[in-house]
Amino acid sequence: MTNTQIPAVRPRPAPSPVPAPRPATRDRGTRLLAALFLAPTVVGIVVFTVVPIVGSVVLSLFHWNVIDSPRFAGAANYRELVGDSTVLVSFRNTLVFMVLAVALQLLVALVLALAVNGRMPVWLRSVFRSAFFFPLVLSAASISVVMKYLFNQDFGVVNWLIGLVGIAPVPWLTSENGAMATVILVYVWQQFGFSFLLFVGGLNNVPKEVHEAAALDGATGLRKHLHITLPLLSPTLLVASVVGIINALQVFEQPYVLTDGGPGDSTRTVVMVIYETAFEQLRFGTASAVGVLLFVLIMAVTALQFRLSRRFVHYQ
Amino acid sequence: MSQATLSPSRLRYSLGPWARISALAVCALLTLGPVIWTVSTSLRTPAESFELPPRIIPTNPTAEAYRGVFDQIDVWLLALNSTLVTALIAVGQMITAGLAGYAFARLEFRFKKPLFALVLATMMVPLQVTIVPVFLVLKSMSLTDTLLGLIIPAFPTAFGTFLMRQYFLGMPKDLGEAAMLDGAGPWRIFRSVYAPLAAPGLAIVGVLAFNYHWNEFFRPLILETSGQNYTLPLGLVSLQGNLGTGSISVVLAGVVLSMIPAVAVFVVGQRPLREGITSAGVNR
Repeated sequence: MTNTQIPAVRPRPAPSPVPAPRPATRDRGTRLLAALFLAPTVVGIVVFTVVPIVGSVVLSLFHWNVIDSPRFAGAANYRELVGDSTVLVSFRNTLVFMVLAVALQLLVALVLALAVNGRMPVWLRSVFRSAFFFPLVLSAASISVVMKYLFNQDFGVVNWLIGLVGIAPVPWLTSENGAMATVILVYVWQQFGFSFLLFVGGLNNVPKEVHEAAALDGATGLRKHLHITLPLLSPTLLVASVVGIINALQVFEQPYVLTDGGPGDSTRTVVMVIYETAFEQLRFGTASAVGVLLFVLIMAVTALQFRLSRRFVHYQ
Repeated sequence: MSQATLSPSRLRYSLGPWARISALAVCALLTLGPVIWTVSTSLRTPAESFELPPRIIPTNPTAEAYRGVFDQIDVWLLALNSTLVTALIAVGQMITAGLAGYAFARLEFRFKKPLFALVLATMMVPLQVTIVPVFLVLKSMSLTDTLLGLIIPAFPTAFGTFLMRQYFLGMPKDLGEAAMLDGAGPWRIFRSVYAPLAAPGLAIVGVLAFNYHWNEFFRPLILETSGQNYTLPLGLVSLQGNLGTGSISVVLAGVVLSMIPAVAVFVVGQRPLREGITSAGVNR
């Protein structure tokens, strides 16, 4: 069907100066095909992402509980948020979580990637690589169910394990700091494999000669890594931290299943507040306002990171 | 001086690898530990679930917990729902991303750059931020509390489109030009020349979609209100909520069952999975 738009026989190419092919833009067949190919993706993205983005901003200016018709609220929803201690605490929790979880995730991943990158049999390296990457394929919700048992204060394996080295049982899920620590540990346990894979890939791209030259100059161990490997790895570090931060700011499953935001509000995150405000309290306007704020936060942190990175990232 | 610096470094050279490999082994064990514990505890009787120290091999292995989980929740229904949702999304994403990726890579049309920029920009917008309007859009289409409401919005994939575009751009241009000179139209060029070469790229899109949506929790939690539409993660979390701590091994048996397909994909599709995860960084 689309073929008919194109001359069936094209002139054979001239031997040396190849005639510029007719710009395909004018080709109706090509344009039609492009439209058909793009339609599902573009329509889908407009309906399920672009419209909702605009919708979030609009909704955040209204009071609406789905049942009554929406009432214009202006900035009232935002003013309400600033005075709402649960919302404020959730932003604080999310930021604390983000800083600690991403730092731990990157540190663990980097150390393990450097260790795996060292000399060892090939099969052993692939065993380690698979092991560290395995938690990524599991469901965060189901794993949190498992972890809830493991971190139980009285009969959990974690407290038994640290008891072996003489540490008293920690109230993981029942104290404020313990709950935050548990959420961070469970999250990092599942996520570090992602940064690990990025680092392993980045280390493979560091030319061997660089290490050899460094070794000749007498750089070894930690110093070599600090001054040679790390700067060369800095583009990968940037990607890992940007993605790590964006993901961490959306944390939901782990606190929802492990602690339900508690004790008190100590592990309530922004996405939990969006969920509860919209789908438990039916305050759709307020929930949208929280969503808009989270989006602004994500954008701001990412922009800040790219700005800072200009100083610290070295591209070869 | 040189003597003093030489000997520790030589010692490190001989001891280093073993210390490093042992430390790695401990870390690997810590990483896999919770999974091993889950499997072994699911094979114990509920009464023995809390046994400490935890034993890897259960003394009296029993499938009692697995019978229990089938009695207490409709595992078959949950698995069927999860399979339907995940498989349809994976296939749908392979189709939409393959087509759109090809258009962006190999076809010329107006507004190509702004459209591609739009697709890329939406990669930056997390679903959690827009979930309220997304829910309302689906409600207006009467798709809330249906499996289709989970499936259809997941068809367009900005990341998959990006990935497939890169994939098609990596193929030699001469192939299409040669076919064009032989009189093939744009559809024929796609269908007979480029599409058959796209399988490995599509595998990455499919495996990533499977991994993500099989484990997905946030959207099902919000969209599916009646139990008959629950997916596995949702069913398991509510099972745990209903049972309390008494039937730990029953809950864990459910977790193990729900892990099986994810582990199978991990074993079979580890390479595309790894490539996909590292090529984008879009994971959760």
